[in-house]
Amino acid sequence: MKSLAELEEIRKKTLEQISLRKSNDGMRVIVGMATCGIAAGARPVMTAFVEELNKRNMTDVTVTMTGCIGVCRLEPIVEVIDKDGNKTTYVKMTPEKAVRIVAEHIVNGRVCADYTIGEADK
Amino acid sequence: MKDLSLHLMDIVQNSISAKADKVCVFLTADNEADLLTMIITDNGEGIEEHLLKDITSPFTTTRKTRKVGMGISLLMASSNMAGGDLKIYSKRFEGTTLEASFKISHIDRLPLGDIAETMVTLIMSSPDIEFELSVSNKKDCFKFTTMEVKEQLKEVPITQFEVLSWIRDYINSEIKIILGGVLNEILG
Repeated sequence: MKSLAELEEIRKKTLEQISLRKSNDGMRVIVGMATCGIAAGARPVMTAFVEELNKRNMTDVTVTMTGCIGVCRLEPIVEVIDKDGNKTTYVKMTPEKAVRIVAEHIVNGRVCADYTIGEADK
Repeated sequence: MKDLSLHLMDIVQNSISAKADKVCVFLTADNEADLLTMIITDNGEGIEEHLLKDITSPFTTTRKTRKVGMGISLLMASSNMAGGDLKIYSKRFEGTTLEASFKISHIDRLPLGDIAETMVTLIMSSPDIEFELSVSNKKDCFKFTTMEVKEQLKEVPITQFEVLSWIRDYINSEIKIILGGVLNEILG
């Protein structure tokens, strides 16, 4: 049986981590979460990003959601915006692809070109 | 939509777009009446009257990019398919309540799905909105509120990974306790 009191423990632990954290480097992951995105499986994709980023202790990357990006047939769609504001749009996402994008694009700065919107229509 | 938790997520997005800062979700499984109800209430800006009368039509939408809005009509289809009904009450500038019901034993009723995952995803992306989840089986009730969690956490943000995992486990274990007897049927 879980209780709210357990949060106190988590609070103490995370307070130490927060003080160690580096400044926000501004990389952002945005997941399309309108009806089309959700129906196509955007929720597990978003969860995969959050879990993978946490595994690698990359607490300075923010993961957020947005509405319909406008190309429902290519959902789930994820946009990755790097610190210089360059936007990469990934389409037909899966949790497996999310793991690779974290490793290659977010950690190492190499865009996974084969998952991008530009490749989808070729 | 594959399950009710995805519908829930979709409908709550409407509350978020309506600038609600409090969203309450009630899930009630009444085995005697064989009815599962999902109620979502928000304090957003409400729905304009002329839109409200055709709100379940897929061609009713407030967005400007195109002429269709599927969220409510899809939930209505899922509900009607399972011998249930969908109702919406809304008052401009006060808020909106959506009620969807499902016959628990109906073969076409969608499984409940991962409600905890939906709540965690919503909290993570809108940490400033207060969410409430009540799950009841007519005898017992479980209530989760982000306000309580935030009070307990004080300066630690609710979006902290460890906190979110704790919330997920907490909601999951409580839902199992409350819906335990009918769990297999409801989770499908």
